[in-house]
Amino acid sequence: MISAFFIYNQKGEVLISRLYRQDLKRSVADIFRIQVISNTDIRSPIVTLGSTSFFHVRHENLFIVAVTKCNANAALVFEFCYRLVNIGKAYFGKLDEEAVKNNFVLVYELLDAEFEMHLERTFCNAIKAKEVLDFGYPQNSETDTLKLYITTEGVKSERALKEDSSKITIQATGATSWRRPDIKYRKNEAFIDVIESINLLMSAKGTTLRADVSGQIMMRAYLSGTPECKFGLNDKLLLEKDTSHKGMARKSTAVEIDDCQFHQCVKLGKFDSDRTISFVPPDGEFELMRYRTTENVILPFRVHPVVNEIGKSRVEYRVTVKANFSPKLYANNVLIKIPTPLNTASINVRVASGKAKYVPAENAIVWKIPRFQGQYEVMLSGDAELSAMTVKKAWSRPPISMDFQVLMFTSSGLLVRFLKVFEKSNYTSVKWVRYVTCIKKYDQICGAMRSLLI
Amino acid sequence: MSDAKYFQRGKIHELRTELNSEKKDKQHTKKKTVLKKIVANMTMGNDMSALFPDVINCMQIPVLEIKKMVYLYFINYSRTKPDIAVMAIPTFMKDADDHNPLIRALAIRTMGYINVDKIIDALVDPLRRCLRDKDPYVRKTSAMAVAKLYMHDHELVESEGFVDLLRDMLADQNPTVVANAVAALTEISERSNTITLKLNTTVANKLAAALNECTEWGQTYILEALMSYVPQDMGDAEILAERIAPRLQHANSSVVLTAVKVIMYLMNYMTKEEDITNLCRKLSPPLVTLLSNGHEVQYVALRNILLIIQRRPEVLRNDIKVFFCKYNDPIYVKLAKLEIMFRLASVSNVDQVLSELKEYATEVDVDFVRKSVRSIGRLAVKIESTADRCIAALLELIQTKVNYVVQEAIVVIKDIFRKYPNQYESIIGTLCENLDNLDEPEAKAAMIWIIGQYADRIENSDVLLDDFLFTFLEEPVEVQLSLLTATVKLFIKRPTAGQELIPKVLKWATEDVDNPDLRDRGYIYWRLLSTDPATAKTVVLSDKPRISTESDNMEPALLDELLLHISSLSSIYHKSPQTFIPNSKIRRLTHSTVLNRKYPGQQQQQPNLLDSDIENLASGSLGIEANPYNLDVVNIGENYVGDLLLDL
Repeated sequence: MISAFFIYNQKGEVLISRLYRQDLKRSVADIFRIQVISNTDIRSPIVTLGSTSFFHVRHENLFIVAVTKCNANAALVFEFCYRLVNIGKAYFGKLDEEAVKNNFVLVYELLDAEFEMHLERTFCNAIKAKEVLDFGYPQNSETDTLKLYITTEGVKSERALKEDSSKITIQATGATSWRRPDIKYRKNEAFIDVIESINLLMSAKGTTLRADVSGQIMMRAYLSGTPECKFGLNDKLLLEKDTSHKGMARKSTAVEIDDCQFHQCVKLGKFDSDRTISFVPPDGEFELMRYRTTENVILPFRVHPVVNEIGKSRVEYRVTVKANFSPKLYANNVLIKIPTPLNTASINVRVASGKAKYVPAENAIVWKIPRFQGQYEVMLSGDAELSAMTVKKAWSRPPISMDFQVLMFTSSGLLVRFLKVFEKSNYTSVKWVRYVTCIKKYDQICGAMRSLLI
Repeated sequence: MSDAKYFQRGKIHELRTELNSEKKDKQHTKKKTVLKKIVANMTMGNDMSALFPDVINCMQIPVLEIKKMVYLYFINYSRTKPDIAVMAIPTFMKDADDHNPLIRALAIRTMGYINVDKIIDALVDPLRRCLRDKDPYVRKTSAMAVAKLYMHDHELVESEGFVDLLRDMLADQNPTVVANAVAALTEISERSNTITLKLNTTVANKLAAALNECTEWGQTYILEALMSYVPQDMGDAEILAERIAPRLQHANSSVVLTAVKVIMYLMNYMTKEEDITNLCRKLSPPLVTLLSNGHEVQYVALRNILLIIQRRPEVLRNDIKVFFCKYNDPIYVKLAKLEIMFRLASVSNVDQVLSELKEYATEVDVDFVRKSVRSIGRLAVKIESTADRCIAALLELIQTKVNYVVQEAIVVIKDIFRKYPNQYESIIGTLCENLDNLDEPEAKAAMIWIIGQYADRIENSDVLLDDFLFTFLEEPVEVQLSLLTATVKLFIKRPTAGQELIPKVLKWATEDVDNPDLRDRGYIYWRLLSTDPATAKTVVLSDKPRISTESDNMEPALLDELLLHISSLSSIYHKSPQTFIPNSKIRRLTHSTVLNRKYPGQQQQQPNLLDSDIENLASGSLGIEANPYNLDVVNIGENYVGDLLLDL
């Protein structure tokens, strides 16, 4: 389905080039460079020239490009590109030009095993790497371990290699391909992180048009053997079904989940029939599920900006931020970006707490508050002096964005009710749960303040 | 140790000396380094093919990493050096027989890539063996190799019976092998003129059951293959859809979208409205969730949603808010969202939609602004109760005097005038203030149409037209046609005002212009006016047919076809795959007794497919006998069917 795969740097130099099918020549790499990389006005992630289609994803300073000559499954191609980026990040810490160049042989290997003509098992190699990690190497120096693994492989005795290989092949094709059977831990532990981010859209009058939460449940499983896990949330649908919990559902502590998606280890059929989440987890960290809720969203912060353009030379700001959560909790690393006009000459700001300064490169006032207690209110006031412009162009008034983390607070009210682990050897395991609400990508709150500003 | 240093131009002879160096290299580290340099140079596009014989010599080294690099080199250059490539055959043969399954698989995979006759011939025997290998990893790799081989030499694959072997693999114990076999069969069936993948109910259900144990990519292949299943009896489609529905909860968007495709397809074979409604209800939440993916996947999802809601309007009906544009959405996502917003707009949500559109119309991107303005106008045509507010919004936008906004607004206002005659003429004055800004043909033509249509209400319509007529001969045809008609209208409505202009325009149109349409129209008007002015009036000023936004709807036959291609490129372009991929197979809904013929465009059926169905029925092969996995690979046109059926 994919005929060729390339990775370019920003200048359009090819870092990785892999042709899978003979219907293309390597010169297509130049076509993409000329048509897309050197074109400043590319308005689609898919470009079709003649019967050749280029899919591209940008990551850091790289273009990750898949080329096809057939009516390919676009979602699949993009998913693969994302996956490649993720594997790259897991292997090299981050995937950029330097990382690709430093590990090009490995990237080729990844690409080769990954998808012959179709995408094959992306995780096959990831597992190989994990195996090495399981042998006790630390997580944060994965690249070193990988290199160790690759270079040591050659010196391993033939017998060892054979055993190792059959292990890989069995695992790569088995029903629980994401897990090795013989994992052992002295202490069996599982950590669950509930991470929520908020999508907010407000009207000009400050009423909430739309607020929804997209949540992520990350799990770090350090469990021996082949553990069967059962996982329970305060899911309204489930609790209503279960008569013994009827009271609980009525008390509205239950959350109505609009939709959720699961990691491939979760038995979807079972969820479909009775909404129980059961799975055999992969070893280590993975995203167990993603969910969305729209009902009863509690917003952690309220922002009231007043921005006045006074004449053509001055903009006046007054931005108030209030924390809506319990005073027992606090938010960490609050970062508020307040956009300024492009022709700002100088800025004068006063804040009651935290630090605020003008960052010309971002065209914004960046206000940092390291610790923000619940129910607390802070204010920023200031003004921007504008320089005269020859071309008069209206300021587009981009939205204010926020970045923060609130521990032990979920906007949706979602709670983990239980995590049960069943294993043949019947060991006891320790489980930890942590809740975090954050805005990971700031564009998520952007829509929010747009209207307020105008 | 960093490999980035290898990314510099290497000289062929230096690399050759290094590669052939006799120095002690017990762990092959030096060889590895040279090979890395070669691969890096290959990547940069430097021709390394001269080293072919030297690299082949490294094939014997029993180190997996070296083997992988050599094979990579091999795949790259074997096409240019077929003679030397043949020298590698013995090593390949040895590797394909290696006791290490990874090496066996690597050999088969690599050979599959190489389109050199002798290597292809050499591949046949080991491939046949490896398709039945005891190790599933080798089997699944071999399944793919059959599809590769088919690309090089389809006759060989058919004559060696590899397709049958693949078909047998559908009964494999290992789900990954099944998924790869399915993928290979789908690929072959896409490319072949003679082989078509057809699944019967038992196989389809078995495959659906295998979904649970497959990897995410394998699930996508299996779902894709289920598109070749045609439900035959009442309830078939419903059962299968129910089995697939849990996939909608998968984290991988390609699994979700492909599952949506199969479910949409199966709905065509369902009889009870209730079942369809239930399934539609299940589709909405996962489609919304796709929008929390990366921008590229969002784009794919949005383009497909636009198709889905045209066929099943109940899907996403209440979710319009999720399609509101975010400030940071890339332009392609914004434009795609805008179209969906327009489609989902209804009396109940139109206020929100309109206020969103008004905001978009003040953004910076020209395309986006234009489309937003146009959408406001189309909204007025679509929903009558909102027309007043839309007109007000458009007038407000015209006041901004931003050139392209004004032009776009005039184009849509013309449509509004046509839809609601005699209601909004009061705004003509405002429009006339902006005549000087018009430089796009479409906007000009629209404005001229308005002047002609309301020639009797606009006091100085003759002066305005005369201004436009000044450049008549330089205008594009679109504008010229519009000018001609408008002048005739003016003359009929206000003979005194038009009598000076009309002879001039008719003369230009019939004598000075080369365009036949314009000339013909000129003559028609001329004769009409000169023979019977009264009839001319009834003809020219007759009531126009009402317009609606129905015309925006896609042709049902095309929509049907595109829905069979959900998630693919053609669903993004909204074009049939034949238009941009030559020789691609046409997909259409296959006839069966349970096919729901409610929608136009589903009427076509292929008689020869039907024939083969009957043949199958006659030989009783649709039931299950010895082999539960009797997939019908039907060879239409040749007498291949009989052969295949014999061994079932």
